[in-house]
Amino acid sequence: MNGITNEGLVLMGSAIGAGLAVIAGIGPGIGQGIAAGYGASAVGRNPGARGEIMSTMLLGQAVAETTGLYGLVVALILLFANPLIGRL
Amino acid sequence: MGMLMTNMMAGAGSGVMLADADFTAHYLMPINLFGQKVFFTTTHVCTCIVLIAILALAFYARHAVLKEDYEVPNNVQNVVEMLIEFLDGVVANNMGRHAKAFSNYIMTLMIFIFIANTSGLFGLRPPTADYGTTLALALISFVLIQYSAFKTSGLRALSDLAKPIPILLPINIIGEISTPLSMSLRLFGNVVSGTVMMGLWYGLLPVFVKLGLPAFLHVYFDLFSGAIQTYVFAMLTMVYITDKRDA
Repeated sequence: MNGITNEGLVLMGSAIGAGLAVIAGIGPGIGQGIAAGYGASAVGRNPGARGEIMSTMLLGQAVAETTGLYGLVVALILLFANPLIGRL
Repeated sequence: MGMLMTNMMAGAGSGVMLADADFTAHYLMPINLFGQKVFFTTTHVCTCIVLIAILALAFYARHAVLKEDYEVPNNVQNVVEMLIEFLDGVVANNMGRHAKAFSNYIMTLMIFIFIANTSGLFGLRPPTADYGTTLALALISFVLIQYSAFKTSGLRALSDLAKPIPILLPINIIGEISTPLSMSLRLFGNVVSGTVMMGLWYGLLPVFVKLGLPAFLHVYFDLFSGAIQTYVFAMLTMVYITDKRDA
């Protein structure tokens, strides 16, 4: 650990943390996939209601996406507005 | 928190900056506001450009509709009528009997957010990629939602917070407050992820992939994602307002 400054250590931890934070994208991916799958099967069963199924599906997917975006926001904060650097 | 996020997207210079990738808003001019130093950023410039574009479109449409030698509807009028009918249909489908009172607000919201989201196509940094803009939009909707609640149920809106059992009171209050937070973060996150992606693509890749290929990315990140998020934001506003009005 020779030659590593405190700041460098914090930056390294922040970069790793940002990478870990965007793993939150797994959940919304699964959720959106499930929604799309059920949407497709619903259209197959009742092709007449395609428009309504589409809009419901897209709304649900967009809501499910929010948790992933929280992870993204955490990663962006760690990378571009690091609150930890100021604590040194 | 708003201050923090605005600073964050404005590239305060702390933390790591990627050398060539440019996707943050820049400080242009410091302004002293009540003893606090705030900045005039590129977001303000882009918002002004978007507003001017919307105004110009509106005046153009009005000019075309109210022509002197008016006989048959011309093409511009047809397009405007199509747009208005489509938006009216969306609002009417989602709000039922409340559609008439809110269609103006929802349409304004949709037109602004859509043009702001797609302004990335014209080389601007989308105004909605700044947390200040989306938080303001969400707070307007939040005030409207709470006003609807008090207008329909009066003080019962307060006692409804302790509805199933009184222990749930704090959770219900947090639920109400998190509405504008989640709405603004959803719009912000979607738009800013597209902006970051395009900034990385343009900034870090060799020249030959910057020609032609980004067109497809722009179609996805600016047009598709922008339209979906516009729809979702307006839809959630409508759903929450209708929910409170029918309570």
